Amino acid sequence: MAIHSLQSFCNWLASTSLSQAIQTIEWIIPATQTVHIVAVAAVVTSALMIDLRLFGVRWQDQAVAAVTQRFLPVIWWALPVLLATGAVLIVAEPVRALQNPVFYLKMGLLVAAVCITLACQIPMRKDVRFWEVSQRRRRGAQMIAALSLPFWVGIVFAGRWIAYVQG
Amino acid sequence: MLDSLLQTLENTNVATAIREGAVLFPWIECVHVLALTLVIGSIAVVDLRLIGLTSRDRGVAEITAAVLPVTWTAFVCAVITGVLMFSSNAATYGSNLYFRVKMALIVLAGINMGVYHLAVNRGVESWQTAAATPTRARIVGAFSLCLWLAIVAAGRWIGFTINAPT
Repeated sequence: MAIHSLQSFCNWLASTSLSQAIQTIEWIIPATQTVHIVAVAAVVTSALMIDLRLFGVRWQDQAVAAVTQRFLPVIWWALPVLLATGAVLIVAEPVRALQNPVFYLKMGLLVAAVCITLACQIPMRKDVRFWEVSQRRRRGAQMIAALSLPFWVGIVFAGRWIAYVQG
Repeated sequence: MLDSLLQTLENTNVATAIREGAVLFPWIECVHVLALTLVIGSIAVVDLRLIGLTSRDRGVAEITAAVLPVTWTAFVCAVITGVLMFSSNAATYGSNLYFRVKMALIVLAGINMGVYHLAVNRGVESWQTAAATPTRARIVGAFSLCLWLAIVAAGRWIGFTINAPT
């Protein structure tokens, strides 16, 4: 039943004039994917820069807060761009995404990566030196960093696999 | 001459395995996309600093020292995976307009980088630690940013003009 209604939703979405327009104008999908990839680049690079600081291999002379204040806003600004461009791609080809298990895997990984990023950010709201006050905290921050990287990599990989897996 | 070279490349065992296997190409493409996001992301950190939009409290030299090793490592990964994908259908890619455009743009980005190192960062001592960068550095940074955005776009257009999953 649920699968049936998802099917009819996809069919309806694909038949809307918006979806038809995106499908007909050839440059829209590659252009949207280009913006999507550039936003992914902003997120992945920013996450890596923060994680390298938490590991202590880059920007060692700067406080953790200085690095997070520079790169966390990039992640939060890029995410709406990713959601918007992702939405255009879904409207263009609903079945390709919404009836594809890899798409849901990607969304699951995204939620987890966002939670991990918040787990790093929220404690610093009250105390900007939260992750630096003790050896234990530094270890905790490194665990968050080590955990976050495979999720971002998984999101990139899943994104590409959506093109190769059919629901 | 070039045609037979591309044909030879296409006939190698590695190229045949990538072409005929069901999962090799997508996995290589995954690594390629991850690598290129790190290339353009890290280059953007440098370019935006050169333009003077971000990290103004940090010297240019400090930014490049921290970021460029990431750029180069990722670039090497992108080239290796790119060559592997190219080899699987060398003749087709070789004659694709967007592939040729992408290669030309990468060469231009290399030249732009050469210009920066040879001509622009003369007198680095005076401005590399200052918040403001000279106009010539801003131009190089802006040009680099535009080139890498165009390289991503060209790469995406290759996928849509060659018969492959997009």
